Amino acid sequence: MKPILNFLEKIEPDKKKSPFLHAVFDGLFTFLYAPKSTTKGGVHIRDGMDLKRTMVMVVLAMQLCYLLGTYNIGHQHFTAMGQYLGFLEGFHLKLAHGLIKLLPIFVVAHVVGLGIEFWYAAKKGHAIEEGFLVSGALIPLIMPPDIPLWILAVAVAFAVILGKEAFGGTGMNIWNVALLARVFIFFAYPTTISGDEVWISGIEKVDGVYMSEVYGWAHQLFDGFFNWFNLDTFGHGGVVADSYTGATPLSIAKTEGWAVYDMAGNLTGGVLNTYSINQMFWGLIPGSIGEAFKPGIIIGALMLIGIGIASWRIMLSMIIGGSLVAMMMNGMAGSDAAIAMNLDEFMAVPWYAHFYMGGYLFAMAFMATDPVTAASTNTGKWIYGFMIGAIGMIIRVWNPAYPEGWMLAILFMNTFAPLIDHYVLSFNIQKRLSRA
Amino acid sequence: MIKSFQRMNLKSIKIKSAMVFCLILMAESLSAQTSGSGLSIPTVLLWVLAAVIVLAALFMGESILKLEANNSGADKKRNYSLFPNRFDFFGSKIKPGVPTGNLHVLSKGHDIKLEGGAERVLLDFTSKGSTYAIKPTDFHGIAPIPKVQVEVGDNVLAGDALFYDKANPNVKFCSPVSGEVIAINRGAKRAITEVVVLADKEINYRSVNKVDLSSIDQESLLTFLQENGVFPLIKRRPFQLVANPAETPRDIFVSTFDTAPLAPDTDMVLNGRTTAFHKGLEVLSKLTSGKVHLGIDAMSNQLDAINNAPFSEKHWFAGKHPAGNVGVQIHHIAPISMNDVVWTLGVQEVITIGALFTEGRYNAERVVAITGAEFNKNHYVKTYQGACLSDLIKENVSEEVENVRFVSGDVLTGSEIAANGYLGFYDDQITVLKEGNYNEMFGWLLPLAPRPSISRTFPGFLMPNYEYTADTNTHGERRAFVVTGQYEQVLPMDIYPQHLMKAILTNDYERMEGLGLAELVEEDVALCEFVCTSKQPLQQILREGLDMMHEQM
Repeated sequence: MKPILNFLEKIEPDKKKSPFLHAVFDGLFTFLYAPKSTTKGGVHIRDGMDLKRTMVMVVLAMQLCYLLGTYNIGHQHFTAMGQYLGFLEGFHLKLAHGLIKLLPIFVVAHVVGLGIEFWYAAKKGHAIEEGFLVSGALIPLIMPPDIPLWILAVAVAFAVILGKEAFGGTGMNIWNVALLARVFIFFAYPTTISGDEVWISGIEKVDGVYMSEVYGWAHQLFDGFFNWFNLDTFGHGGVVADSYTGATPLSIAKTEGWAVYDMAGNLTGGVLNTYSINQMFWGLIPGSIGEAFKPGIIIGALMLIGIGIASWRIMLSMIIGGSLVAMMMNGMAGSDAAIAMNLDEFMAVPWYAHFYMGGYLFAMAFMATDPVTAASTNTGKWIYGFMIGAIGMIIRVWNPAYPEGWMLAILFMNTFAPLIDHYVLSFNIQKRLSRA
Repeated sequence: MIKSFQRMNLKSIKIKSAMVFCLILMAESLSAQTSGSGLSIPTVLLWVLAAVIVLAALFMGESILKLEANNSGADKKRNYSLFPNRFDFFGSKIKPGVPTGNLHVLSKGHDIKLEGGAERVLLDFTSKGSTYAIKPTDFHGIAPIPKVQVEVGDNVLAGDALFYDKANPNVKFCSPVSGEVIAINRGAKRAITEVVVLADKEINYRSVNKVDLSSIDQESLLTFLQENGVFPLIKRRPFQLVANPAETPRDIFVSTFDTAPLAPDTDMVLNGRTTAFHKGLEVLSKLTSGKVHLGIDAMSNQLDAINNAPFSEKHWFAGKHPAGNVGVQIHHIAPISMNDVVWTLGVQEVITIGALFTEGRYNAERVVAITGAEFNKNHYVKTYQGACLSDLIKENVSEEVENVRFVSGDVLTGSEIAANGYLGFYDDQITVLKEGNYNEMFGWLLPLAPRPSISRTFPGFLMPNYEYTADTNTHGERRAFVVTGQYEQVLPMDIYPQHLMKAILTNDYERMEGLGLAELVEEDVALCEFVCTSKQPLQQILREGLDMMHEQM
């Protein structure tokens, strides 16, 4: 190991002459080697934990979502065309299609985001901070698989420059960087991130007929490879079945509710008519790439709580807040007002059913718990999580346009987190004053 | 309602466990009746969620019950709770003989377990020392260039004044030994860093008038103490200054135990000096308008010398570091604000004060623990204040030891000294550490050597009694504050350290004071600094805040 270290120390670029090269070198060097700096003044020993390790643990906690998210991109693609409907049928094709869709998103998010981080680090003359490790891993998971890459690049640049670097870099931002990238797309290019069509990848409309898009070189490369092993190939794809709509559970819940039965007690409509609970739980539904696979999210959340990195207070209070509001809505469903406003079906969706649909759990585990943008006092975290749960559920159900609310709720509460902390601290100050 | 609970004697942990068990059994049979079909994972998770919500409701009900019990004035020491409380769990660790009335159980904190604790052997080095030094830099709030009363070549007796603070000429800083002043060392900006005395073979003491404590009036007692160099032994809070005889402290606090890593045991320190200790407490009780409070470790063997100490109110503390810090104890006994004045002392300082009366001399003997894994033996030595490090550790260092750091004090709050440097004025411990100036490949991701940490991302948390060999590597670079709630986890006080630090960094005086700056000194946030993921220098920030605030007052 010593020769590598010596070599690296020899090629270190000059910080004054080429700040950008030095920033890049420093980033890679501290990735490879923990620095040899020693304590000066203050404590003489330091805890083994640092920000790199903290961040990489969060990234590790997301890996199961990446795994099934990739597979699910392919699974939804073939399901739309009525091919390989079984979970493991066409395994290699689904995985290959998922990779072809996910990898460019991942690469673009990181190249743009890290590029900006490196540039700012060089400009400001500080070390490269680790914040984008997590943001960069989160952004692909909250995108639809067919997101145009240039839109993604613009969104990431917006989020990193205006959302983070303008405020002073990692640790200083007010809003969650990953969600800021998503909300930028949501408002600037709404058709690419909402509706029923965007969640199924590789489908295009030709002469009024939905069919799989013409496969590009990447698919053909895989085809050649699969031919070699005598496996099924992508071929020319197929036409989307007439009855297939690609609707997400949430959009079905909005129009039809959770389950509709006829007089004889047969299921005739609602979410359960299209998707079974197991299907939703295991993540084989259309949606953002990482939000569907519930076991992965739950394991990731438990891991983060177990190693003490994410706040269990925020997660628990968010579930309590969301559940309470959903229960209240269950109680109000069926009233005249609800029927008049055409919200009756969605409000009647049982409170626990909300966990299966959309990004509820994903937002809870990875988005709300961002320590920089969340409330920073323990009491504040309870309030913060509860309000996200409550407001997110309200937006999800009562928002007339778009049946999902966590992104907006979290950004909204990010804005108010300092205010919550302010009041918690004021309470502490008052207590101290009244004691004197 | 309260009456009926009293009759049921809910305090018994056994009955509580039985009740919880019955609840679980009932839930079990209920679920067995309802679940006809097979359980899928989603339904199991739903059950778990339901259980969480039920538990939350239970906790809510339980806190309402406690509030009700409180408001109706029920007996405070009883436990009106469905669950066994932390006293029931800590009970096993709390030594017999600790009264529950004055017991504070602190659940927050962290013990850093290091290799190299001192063996319980006390060696007498009082005649082996060559030079001793008093360092003006050990004292906060005195001018950097104090008025030195001696010249190089002068002979002094133990207890003779070496220098005094120009702003406060009554406070004399005394020589711990007799001998010849051989050097007055200066540092940056001509500030005096050390006044060095070459010790006689036999220590001669300045003669001290016999004083009868019971008859002496307050003024002559203060004069007597000023003349004999007592006040530098006492620290004044807020701000951790040298005590000023012109102020009358609201209370005086003495922590009789140290929870810092490898800290010396109180019984080794107290051994044979109980009379002086008790006399010192009596003197202190005459200096305050309030009480002398003793903080006592509830989790180690109870010492008669402390438990029978006169002229003091005793408080027991059970908890991890920093439970032994006097600042934490003050917070739980009688918290201070900016305008209060309290004095704090360690056990050995109390003994020195007491010895003025029992032995009639300024006895600056100190029992010092020699600790750290890099020493080949660790034990206690008896020497004097300001001893030279090289005199004390001659036999503990083997030839090949290099690249180490000597610390006067513990690894969290001590100060780095050279191998021929001098022990700090208040320090009763020497620690040696390996320097960590090495690059570790993927050290942040896959560390090869075990290292102390509060993080559960390291397997070390499974072995709470493992003793680590720590080094001085920072294990990462400095970053902005990112992780929250981390400092609160190890600081058993109702204080938000991170927000306090931010208030200091933004010069927000009102907020600094409101968030409890007055209650903290460096040693209280040292553990927070150790655990800090962003490697922020909290002790330094806090000192800046204290100095800024002190200038304003």
